[in-house]
Amino acid sequence: MTHERNPGIPLDMGWVNQVRVNLSATERRAATLTTRRSIKKEWQAAWLLHAITLIDLTTLQGDDTPGNVIRLCAKARQPVRDDLLAALDMAGKPVQVGAVCVYHSRVADAVRALEGTTIPVAAVSTGFPAGQSPYKQRIAEIRESVAAGAKEIDIVISREHVLTGNWEALYNETCEMRAACGDAHMKSILATGDLATLRNVGMASLVCMMGGSDFIKTSTGKEDVNATLEVSLVMTRAIRDYHERTQYQVGFKPAGGIRTAKQALNWMILMKEELGDEWLQPHLFRLGASALLTDIERQLSHFATGRYAAKHHMPMV
Amino acid sequence: MKVAEIFETLSYGPAPESAAAANAWLDEHKRKFDLFINNQWHAPKDGQYFATRNPATGDTLAEVADAGAADVDAAYQAARAAFEAWRKQSGHTRARYLYAIARGIQKHQRLLAVIESLDNGKPIRESRDLDVPLVARHFYHHAGWAQLMEQELPGYQPVGVVGQIIPWNFPLLMLAWKIAPAIAMGNTVVIKPAPYTPLSALLFAEIVAEAGLPPGVINIVTGGDKSGAAIVEHAGFDKIAFTGSTHVGRILRRATAGTGKRLSLELGGKSPYVVFDSADQDAAIEGLVDAIWFNQGQVCCAGSRLLVQENIAPRFLNKLKLRMSKLRIGDPLDKGIDIGAVVDPVQWHTIDGWVKRGLAEGAEMFQPEGELPAKGCFYRPTLLTNVGPASAVVQEEIFGPVLTAMTFRTPKEAVALANNTRYGLAASVWSENINLAIDVARKIKAGSVWVNCTNMFDAASGFGGYRESGFGREGGKEGLYEYVRPAWQARPRPQLSGAAANGTWGKSVPGRPAPLNGKAGDGVAIDRTAKLFIGGKQKRPDGNYSRAVQAPDGHTVGYVADGNYKDIRDAVEAAHAASKWAESSGHTRAQILYYIGENLAARAAEFAARIVAMSGRTTEDARAEVDAAISRLFSYAAWADKYGGSIQETTLRGITLAVHEPLGVIGIACPDEYPLLGFVALVAAAIARGNTVVALPSPTQPLSATDLYQVLETSDVPAGVVNIVTGARDALAKTLAEHDDVDAVWYFGDAEGCRQVEMLAASNMKRTWVGYGERRDWLDAHQGMGEEFLREATQVKNIWVPTGE
Repeated sequence: MTHERNPGIPLDMGWVNQVRVNLSATERRAATLTTRRSIKKEWQAAWLLHAITLIDLTTLQGDDTPGNVIRLCAKARQPVRDDLLAALDMAGKPVQVGAVCVYHSRVADAVRALEGTTIPVAAVSTGFPAGQSPYKQRIAEIRESVAAGAKEIDIVISREHVLTGNWEALYNETCEMRAACGDAHMKSILATGDLATLRNVGMASLVCMMGGSDFIKTSTGKEDVNATLEVSLVMTRAIRDYHERTQYQVGFKPAGGIRTAKQALNWMILMKEELGDEWLQPHLFRLGASALLTDIERQLSHFATGRYAAKHHMPMV
Repeated sequence: MKVAEIFETLSYGPAPESAAAANAWLDEHKRKFDLFINNQWHAPKDGQYFATRNPATGDTLAEVADAGAADVDAAYQAARAAFEAWRKQSGHTRARYLYAIARGIQKHQRLLAVIESLDNGKPIRESRDLDVPLVARHFYHHAGWAQLMEQELPGYQPVGVVGQIIPWNFPLLMLAWKIAPAIAMGNTVVIKPAPYTPLSALLFAEIVAEAGLPPGVINIVTGGDKSGAAIVEHAGFDKIAFTGSTHVGRILRRATAGTGKRLSLELGGKSPYVVFDSADQDAAIEGLVDAIWFNQGQVCCAGSRLLVQENIAPRFLNKLKLRMSKLRIGDPLDKGIDIGAVVDPVQWHTIDGWVKRGLAEGAEMFQPEGELPAKGCFYRPTLLTNVGPASAVVQEEIFGPVLTAMTFRTPKEAVALANNTRYGLAASVWSENINLAIDVARKIKAGSVWVNCTNMFDAASGFGGYRESGFGREGGKEGLYEYVRPAWQARPRPQLSGAAANGTWGKSVPGRPAPLNGKAGDGVAIDRTAKLFIGGKQKRPDGNYSRAVQAPDGHTVGYVADGNYKDIRDAVEAAHAASKWAESSGHTRAQILYYIGENLAARAAEFAARIVAMSGRTTEDARAEVDAAISRLFSYAAWADKYGGSIQETTLRGITLAVHEPLGVIGIACPDEYPLLGFVALVAAAIARGNTVVALPSPTQPLSATDLYQVLETSDVPAGVVNIVTGARDALAKTLAEHDDVDAVWYFGDAEGCRQVEMLAASNMKRTWVGYGERRDWLDAHQGMGEEFLREATQVKNIWVPTGE
């Protein structure tokens, strides 16, 4: 699916300053979103299969080597056992993950391993996860990853600019990073766990979209608190707001701590309810995860067989 | 549907909660239920049953006993027989029983939730996540009050046997709100569930029996209006507690008038939902879903009147319409729906009738599209715009999923629109500006105000209305007082004179010169005929008549102005004009009360002499009365800044403030006895807490009050805070009791007058405090001053403020 990329707009501080987020009300909505909806039986199986197509299958470890990245890519190509797909009447259907997400050093390995597929490689960048390396190097890092074949770049923002209220600096940084990405899609990681307040999350979301982000993403997975439904609500509402005023669609990626099929369904419900069905497609929604895939497979197995599944029956990531 | 297809559409599918256990329970009872009396099932004496239906399908769920007067009496007798033993149990013992009920509810919580949704049509999410947990919470919290009663409510006794009538919108929760505080305080009850929704109460009956409560403490009689009337008309009950419509509440107020039965009423509402431009708009939209589409809008405190700041209105209403289009309507037992079935076809037609009337009056309607279930009682969420304060749909309670929307320009206008209603149950205020939000919360006249949240309930916070939304609170410590009376006070047994029957009550012929009786006047003394005291000025009465004040021996002590209904009208206007008194600080009010005391003390001998002259009592006795009056002034000066309220320990993260607000304008008919002390004790209590008053002095000895004019004038009492109208007390009290802009009437005349005042007060459901013609020792610190006075002078507003950034 193609859609017009968000080119960004001039920084509009009048708009940014209007952001109001009430913590308790946000918490209440987050808590009841998932108790207001229930996805069962065939619907659960179908939604979970779809969830797989949204996954940015990720490994971001110091001990990543070509070996485990190649194994990850193999899983990305074939995320569900054939017999399960057949049992679900989905044999031959396009069930593959949304992307494979690695550090820059592993981009080339992943690109090779995914040759012949349409699965893009995403690289975390700009001094991931803290974003405290020299600015020029952060921009250069983007260019190198793009050159190595990354089609998606997950940048980290300078949290400093949010915490000091230097929205112009955040905006300018985002614009430059977007320029460095070129044709690669840019996901801006807000690292919401570092941003202290939901209002900061809302304001940073808007500024990052104004700066031309294709996606806004919650977390690196390395902060103390990663993806939560509360910050996701604030970010998706900012996306809705931005779309309403500019007509540009920006994607959303929660990441960090999403390990269970139930969680994946919760985020899908959030997207469907707050943004609508179009935001359930991979061009506008990704789930940053690794262990999630195995849990989804187990749930699918349970649906297909009626028995609870063993982890070791699922091909490991 | 195939997985492959859903994989593409990502639609929602059905997710029904199983009704297997609920159906088995109904089947085990052969789908026929009797009355729960003395912990046992009793068939109704006349053998009548009625059907209760599932509104989502129209199917009959069970047949339920239709209690007649004889059945109500049997239940009453059971409760009466159980009362003495139950009240004598230690608080700890009662706490154990309440605790057992709470545990029983939790043990059967899913079954209760499913039964509730089957019978009422509310979504299982609500019955499961809100109703039933709140029910358990209510019993836990009140187990605690039972445990603490001896320490926390010393000097109080239970009211007695209580008749309770509850509505169909929250069948089990309203039952809990009624029963828990009643039995915690040592009362026994007969409760009547609503005929649309009796089943959860019957399952609750089994939990009561399982918990081993002494037989007769809780009796449950099912039935309709006839059964309700039998409770209200039964002479034995010591109190009636009712939740339901203002229309029925008014009938109950009149039916119980003058009986000495206590009454608490939780009635209708048309609650404002105020959204400022400084609000988190998405949060406010979500709040609206909880406000008006919770329980299909069949909620007495539903936020049904949206008031949105004009500068954000178009965008906000667009957001709202988008959100409405996401609401899912359907099978109440489906775990994925937002809106279930309206309780009954009758209610559906009532709702639809209002909407049609709104459209006829020019309203524009928005309803989201989408399929409704083929059968069952479903109504789409509805938004009505292009409406104004004059629209019927804005004024009247619709009790359905219908929201009206209006705009405002300024905070002042928001408050004015919010208060432009006869109701006062609840309100929501949305703004991230805490200064604005709290200020508006204080100014809206409603019992519960939710800041940046809505429809919050908790056992630790009292719920109940201002104005025609009723009186009394349920929950919190304030709610306990509905079920206790001071230990010194027996259940009133008013002796009615029958003056009402012959139409003489409240009638009066203007005053004339007193018969001479051989006692000539003293022409040398300068005449001091007291005028009226209205708006800080001494005014001639409208009718220009005067009444003689005579001593017991028949000689004329003096004359007072003979006020009439127009003087009352003027006095009420003056009292309203002085409403800033409520905003003055407690310290300021205290200073003025002390000053009154000081000036009264300076003239103590003169006041004592006046009492002697009017009453023939001894000087010593009169002096004691004057000294007590001075002491009362000091007491209420002391209380002026010490009864502001408290923090409620609710489950909310944040602060729930119980604010003791003044009632507004109180009409006070003072007792015949103690002409000075009776006046001072009542008026000082009222004004200490920020009310303004229209006082009717003792009819036989009014000069003590009129002598106070000069004291009040020299004590910096702002004009209009205290207005005094002399004349025929009952005729004047009648005008006050009927007056729709008087917020409360206190009446300490005879039993017949008390009955009349309670009856007439039903016009605007003003609060009343009457003595039923029974003597009160005004000199006694408990009877003539207690906490009762402060409670009568205030109403509790609970302001919920969630916190966190």
